[in-house]
Parts: sequence; C-alpha cells; structure tokens
Amino acid sequence: MKRIATAVAAVMLLAGCGGDPLSSGGSGQSSSDTIVVGSANFPESRLIAEIYAEALSAKGVKVTKKLNIGNRELYFKGVQDGSIDLIPEYTGVLLRHVKKESTEVAPDEVYEALKKALPSGLIVLDKSTAEDKDAVVVTKATVAQYSLKSIEDLVPYCKNLVFGGPPEFQQRPDGLAGLKAKYNCEFKEFKALDVGGPVTVAALKDGSVQAADLFTTDSAISANDFVALEDPKNLFAAQNVTPLINEKKASEQVRSILNAISKKLDTKTLLDLNAKLSAKQEADKVAKDWLASAGI
Amino acid sequence: MGWLFDPAHWSGSTGIPVRIVEHFTYTWLTLLIAAVIAVPLGAFVGHTGRGGFLIVGLTNGLRALPTLAVLIIVVLWAGIGDVPVYTALVLLAVPPIMAGTYAGIRAVEPSIVDAARGVGMHEGGVLLQVELPNALPLVFGGFRGAALQVVSTATIAAYVGAGGLGRFVFDGLAFQEYDQMLGGAVLVAVLAVLVDLVFVGLQKLTVSPGVVGAGSGGNR
Amino acid sequence: MTWIFENWDKFLEASGVHLRLAVIPVLLGLVVAIPLGWLANRSRSASAVLMPLSNVLYTVPSLAMIVIMPVLLGSKILDEINIIVALTIYTVALLIRNIADGLHSVPGHVVAAANAMGFRPLRRFLTVELPLAVPVTIAGLRVAMVSNISMVSIGALIGLGGYGQLFIQGFQSNEDIIWAGLIGTLVLAFIGDVLLQLAGRVLTPWVRAGR
Repeated sequence: MKRIATAVAAVMLLAGCGGDPLSSGGSGQSSSDTIVVGSANFPESRLIAEIYAEALSAKGVKVTKKLNIGNRELYFKGVQDGSIDLIPEYTGVLLRHVKKESTEVAPDEVYEALKKALPSGLIVLDKSTAEDKDAVVVTKATVAQYSLKSIEDLVPYCKNLVFGGPPEFQQRPDGLAGLKAKYNCEFKEFKALDVGGPVTVAALKDGSVQAADLFTTDSAISANDFVALEDPKNLFAAQNVTPLINEKKASEQVRSILNAISKKLDTKTLLDLNAKLSAKQEADKVAKDWLASAGI
Repeated sequence: MGWLFDPAHWSGSTGIPVRIVEHFTYTWLTLLIAAVIAVPLGAFVGHTGRGGFLIVGLTNGLRALPTLAVLIIVVLWAGIGDVPVYTALVLLAVPPIMAGTYAGIRAVEPSIVDAARGVGMHEGGVLLQVELPNALPLVFGGFRGAALQVVSTATIAAYVGAGGLGRFVFDGLAFQEYDQMLGGAVLVAVLAVLVDLVFVGLQKLTVSPGVVGAGSGGNR
Repeated sequence: MTWIFENWDKFLEASGVHLRLAVIPVLLGLVVAIPLGWLANRSRSASAVLMPLSNVLYTVPSLAMIVIMPVLLGSKILDEINIIVALTIYTVALLIRNIADGLHSVPGHVVAAANAMGFRPLRRFLTVELPLAVPVTIAGLRVAMVSNISMVSIGALIGLGGYGQLFIQGFQSNEDIIWAGLIGTLVLAFIGDVLLQLAGRVLTPWVRAGR
C-alpha cells in the first residue's frame, strides 16, 4: 500500500507541473485586479483579444487569456457569469444577441441602442471605425452565371442553391430568418459548417455550397476569387469592433488604453492584420507589432 | 427530453431519421473498411507469430491519435466531405479489430493447430478453417470495441461540416440548446447499444458452440 | 515544423494544460473505480447494474459529455472541471471491469491463506487482493491514460486548453501548429504509457522474483 501511495504521489507530482491543478480554471472568478480576456473561435477575434491583452499588460494591468472559446451563444454566458471580463465584440451582432427584435442598422444608432440593451454590469467602451460584417459570399463563377451584384440579384435563384455557414446562422435573426424576411430568399438547403473558417472556404471552393456566410475582412475572399454580395437592405447591421467589458473591471486606466486602441483600429488595419494571420504569423506577435506601429 | 419527442424533429432532410441513417452509414462502412485492413493483418501476424510487437505498438500508437487532429489534417489535404470522416474513423477502428484478431489467433490451443497440420491441412486451411473460427469470440470482441468507439466518435465529424447525429450535438452547442445536444447524445448511445446487440447476434450465429469462451463478449 | 521551436513557450503551456486535464481524471477515476470494482466483484446484483451502466456511459460522445457537465454540476461553462469530471466518468467506466476482473483472478487459496493468517477483510483487500489485481488494473489504466490524452483535445471545441487549441488554431492558420499538437499528444501518450508500465513493475516485484 505504501508503494501504491508513493507511486500515486509521484504521478500526481508529474501531473501537477505547476501548482494546484484545479485552481487555474476551477473557480472561473478572477481576482479583482486581474482582467480575463476572452475571444471567439475565429482568428480575427483572437487577434483583437491579443491586442487588448498585450496593450493592457504593457501598461501594468494584470491579464490572463482565455482565447478561442466558441461562438457568442457560448462565450456570452462566460461574460455574464464572470469567467471572462473583456472580449472584442461587433456592435451589430451583439445588439441582435441581447435584443433580438432590434432594427437599427447605422453605426451610431446601433452603438447607442447596444449601450441601452446590454444587461447591467456589462458595458461597451468606445467603438472603433473598423468594421467586419457577415456577408453572403459566392464564387466569381456564380457571379458571372447569374450576373450578381447584391443579395437582391440572388433572390430568384435562392431555391436552387445550397448555403453554408456556422450552425448558429440557422437561428440568428440576422441569419437565415433575416434572409427570408428581408429578401424573401430561402435556400434549397443549409449546410452547417464553421465560423467563416477553413471548412466554409473549402465548401464554397469545391462547390458543396454555392453561397456562404463569410466575414468581409477575411483575406480568403480575395485569395480565392470569391465575391461578397452587397447588402442593400442592411440585413447585416453595422459591425464596429468594440470592447465588451465587465463594468467592475473597467478602471479609468483600462478604459483609456482600450479607447486608444479603438481610435486607431480601422477596417483597413483589420484587413492587413488578417492577411498576416493567413500568412502564418502568430496572433500575439502581429498584435505586438501593430501596437508598436500605432504607438500605443 | 422534449426535443427528442417533438415530431417536427423527426421529418425533413435534416430530421432525426436522416441523421440516424447518415450516422449508421458512417459506422458500418468504417467497420467494413477497417475489417478489410485489420483482419488479414491481425490474422497473418497471429498465424506466423512474426511482428507481434508491431501489432501491439501500432495499436497503442493509433489509439493515442486524436480524431480531431486527423479530421482537420485530412480536410486540409483533401477538402471536406467523406474522405476526412472515413480516414479518421477507420484509423480509430483498425486497432481494436487488429488486436482482437491477433489475440484470438494467438489464443488458439496449439494442440488443435498441430492436429490440423497433422491431418495434412495446408497453412491456408489451418488459418481459415481452424484458427479463425476458433478465434472468433475475440475477433468479435475487437469488432464490438471498434463499433462502440466509431459510433461515439462519428459525432466529431460534424465539426468539419459532415452529417450524422453529431450535427445535433454541434448545433445544440452552437445554439446553446441543451435539450437538442442531450437528445443527440442519447440517440448516439442508443445506436451504439443497438449496433452492439447486432454483433452479439452475429456472434451467436457464427461462432461454433464448441468454441471455448463463445459466450463471452471479448475484452469489453 | 519550425513553429514548435519558435513558439516553444506556447507549446509547453499547451502541454502542461493537456497533461493536467488528462492525468487528473485517470487518478480520480482509479480512486472511484477501486471500491466500485470491488463491489462488482463481490455482488452479482451490483455487477448486473454497474457493467451495463459503464458500457452505456462509454458510448456517450465526449463533446456531449463535456458540455452537459455544467447542467449536472452547476459549474460554469468554461470551467476545466467539466472536462475533468467527464473524463473521470470514462475512466471509471473502463476501470470497473478491469478491477473486478483483476480481483476475480485472485486464486481462492490465496484469499483462504490470508484469512487463515488472521487478516481482517479490509487489510486482506488492501494488502493481498488489490496488489494481486495490479497487473490487470494497470492494463486498464494504460488504455484509460492513452484515450484520455487523446480525448482532451475535444475540450478545445468549447474553449478549453491543451493541444486541441493548437489543432483549431492550426486549422485556421498554419498546419505546422496541428502537427506540433499531434506530436505532443503522441509523446505524452507514450510517456504516460511507459510510466504506468514502470509503476506496474515496481508494484509487483513478485512477478519478476518468480522467474
């Protein structure tokens, strides 16, 4: 028995590898002066989260990272229960998430409505001009075949096409339901893929789907000769990148750092930085470099 | 559990029956491909007694292979579709079937094999008519273990846009609808039990009552 | 393959988290499975409940098992405890049978001898039967260890750490990162397996002495 105890203790020691194993994620509640930065499960969100985290820790704010959590349906629960304190958000989709029936589409209206609609304890700081919208994306060949420019041109053909997007697109108000309500476009079939990621790109490329939900700042769109269709009826509302933060963690210092980032962040920057990620650069390094070049 | 019994979820091109058929197809086709690879290999090594360490090493190595990574890598190489799904699942199913076949043949009484040789049987006959039939209980044990893992793991295929019951688990996760996810998980478990019962039935029908241990379900 | 060398710190961090999430369930599972295995060996009715139950539990898809945990445990959705408990359940399901089989294989005359020497049941179980069941238990632990190490990566689908994060990040940007995680998984599994085999040898000196 002594031997067993020793062996178990030895394995425990090996396993421990750095302090109490259950403490790191066990409680979720961070100490009052540490900010837990989270991100959604796509590269741009991770990149902006790295930018926030890097800037904060450079100014002496204690930061831990919980990146690549999942979609908004998942991580927003984490924000509400205090598992994460800060996460990069997009004004339009966040507004639709907290207030399904909202109709605002212009950047300032969306932002003001969002401020009012957020549950108490959560706030958004200044919005950036950087926009990254969902878009209905097709291949150049499809554009030529149906002479498309906007989603409206697609309407007569919707019933013949298979559409691909993240699973949550089936239920979001600005997903399939919105396409039907605003454009009267109902696709033949919906294929659940991933969040504007490699699966969606591959499916569009190999013809498994003929139209897909991708992000406008995705460098895969130009790289693969895809075309993002215009959205004249504003199905996808303004999507300014904005930090969502737990009010208790938003000290004056934190606010000023994050607002300084939002001031410098524009759509062109997002496109450039996303291209660097696609060129296999590490998100934390890209974040650091940009912060240095932006002088933050 | 309301989700599972809502008739609306039992119809249409993305309804439960369609997903069950997809999931079942993944399962049996995977097992078939894996059998074609694993049974001859396991039988050969078991019969000749050479390369046993290879079987054990390969089995353990493959067992450690994370299905998620295999799925992703094959998608990067071959695009989405059936290829990544079957590659990942076959790699999962080969080790238990191969190990079961190998162990089954090794466990056959040497005196029986000697007797078969003594009455003038060819090596091929010894393997096919004596060793394999006697090894069947353990071979079935391997298949049952493989089937269990394949049914349960085929769920992950939905991560790269494939069908099957995993769709409900992933969609439920994406929508944060626990009853859909739970419903999907229950269906997977039920399917696994049913597939296991099929193997029990097959085993009863094919294993000679004279074979020792015919009643046992192998190593699980 | 340069990623792993240029990002050694990230690789080590992922390795630490992965190891922690895989090994703790093996240990917890062992602690839970010993009394249950004993029970399954002792009582036919307990065995009739435990064996089918553990078979069914083993069929629940790992992702579903992990995400159902917050509902059962009242934990938060991003807590590591979710995957730890989920993997512990798989480990227990796997080990009960092994431990029961191991205990079952202890020859009756050994138990009788221990009784004759005046061992109380608890002492006999801990010092005679359990050690003799070690080889079969270790065999089960090896399977549990390897499959846990392989399964932890599923947690990345809901934002948990470990090599699974490398798979997902690699999928989105750089295939090298996937290979780093894959190699890490195989190395961890190999080390875990060797350590368990060593533990098995240390714990059963009589096996070698008998040769």
